[in-house]
Amino acid sequence: MENILTIEHLSKSFTLHNINKHIKAINNVSFFVKEGEFVGITGKSGSGKSTVLRCIYRTYLPQKGHIVYNSKKFGPIDLAHAPERTIIELRKNEIGYVSQFLNVMPRTTARELVKHAILEMGREAEFADRETEKMLDHFELDRSLWDSYPTTFSGGEKLRLNIARAMVKRPRLLLLDEPTASLDHASKIKVKVLIEQLMKEGTTMLGIFHDLEFMQNLCNREYRIQDGQFVSS
Amino acid sequence: MGESAAPILTIKNLNKQFGSGCDQCGSRAGRKLDKNYCPACGTVYSCQDISLELYPGEVLGIVGESGSGKSTLMRCIYFDQEVTSGEAYLQAYKEGRSNLFEESAQQKRFIRNHLMGKVYQNPVMGLRMQFTSIGNIAEKMIAAGNRNVGAMEARGRELLDRVYIPVYRMKEAPKNFSGGMQQRVQIAKALSNNPPILLLDEVTTGLDLSVQANVLDLIKHLQRELNISILLVSHDLSVIRMLADRTMVMLNGQVVEQGLTDQILEDPQHAYTQQLVHSLL
Repeated sequence: MENILTIEHLSKSFTLHNINKHIKAINNVSFFVKEGEFVGITGKSGSGKSTVLRCIYRTYLPQKGHIVYNSKKFGPIDLAHAPERTIIELRKNEIGYVSQFLNVMPRTTARELVKHAILEMGREAEFADRETEKMLDHFELDRSLWDSYPTTFSGGEKLRLNIARAMVKRPRLLLLDEPTASLDHASKIKVKVLIEQLMKEGTTMLGIFHDLEFMQNLCNREYRIQDGQFVSS
Repeated sequence: MGESAAPILTIKNLNKQFGSGCDQCGSRAGRKLDKNYCPACGTVYSCQDISLELYPGEVLGIVGESGSGKSTLMRCIYFDQEVTSGEAYLQAYKEGRSNLFEESAQQKRFIRNHLMGKVYQNPVMGLRMQFTSIGNIAEKMIAAGNRNVGAMEARGRELLDRVYIPVYRMKEAPKNFSGGMQQRVQIAKALSNNPPILLLDEVTTGLDLSVQANVLDLIKHLQRELNISILLVSHDLSVIRMLADRTMVMLNGQVVEQGLTDQILEDPQHAYTQQLVHSLL
């Protein structure tokens, strides 16, 4: 299998101008993910796990190094330096990101939220409606909630919706930043079933989980961050 | 899918200064300004070498404090003001090969009426407050060469309905309307000729929160539905967060930073942007 993601000498630090501080988050990180793999990242809290994922998604601007992603549309492309327009297109069509926080447009219903994720890929409205309902059903989100605003949802419901929105796109690469952090056991099982299904369909996944058992049941390989460095384990 | 690669609007090195400049501030390299103001001659450099590209269907946000040059930039693009220097190209006009700023006044009027719509912060700037609302919309359509009253009225009704102005009030003047309604009439007017580009200058500033939400939802809705490109100026980061795909940050007439909106908000690089983001949270 080819590498879908090759990270070379990635460094990221934050300069906080108002308090004159420079914080090093990750330093000279290199690793790879092969197509179709599920790779887990572990490490102490504050070790820079999320920073790595956010650099890949370009929510953080990497300073040094390369993040070479093998895109279906663009071929090998360095996400650390790619134009913003390209990143936007990759986010719409190829790379998904799920965090433990739901970041939504205010006054958008759960149904609209998931549906829009499909529409922005250029799919037809009918298809989007169908897939949206399937996905919301799978996560057993109460039907009465479908047309209400997620801001009123419980933590678990928000999280399930968040995952539904990312997974409905069937992305080629899915970044998972503690997606099961506050889920009960039954919901975790649902996430697990979907992850397995996506794996079967060929989605590559890179994820951080606080629940190590959950992760180790699913992942093919594991990296541990130690002192800002990636160690294969 | 398949966004076209060519920008719909390209601005290159746009400069706008008020005042003639002097030896100390004449060339950009050696310029020593107090913010955007030359202490020696009093010239104000409102926009300095601003370049941007707006793509089809994209919302580009421009943030910055009051006086940073955001509105001046918008006024220059809409020909409300003459630029000092710079270039602008519109894909829909002569295939993007002609610098708009060098066109005749007549051509500029054509471009403004056919290819752009603008919504001002102050509705007095964008509307004739004494005219009927539908008359305001018709005005822009007439300016674009429409002469068929029936067709214009039908289009006006459709637009007002779309921005949730009750059709039975369409013959009322905007001066009778609330601030939010006036903004919605402005949006309807701006959209009347189906322009590929919409310029929004602080459209929700001064509106109370629920009305603001209403106007923002309308814009988002129309943008998704019409796939129109929007240049969105705001000093309000939550407006930018909600609507913009990419964001430019302006300070003292210059672009200090630009990037994906979530990156600007989560990982701001410039000291000013950090201050702005931290003021929000």
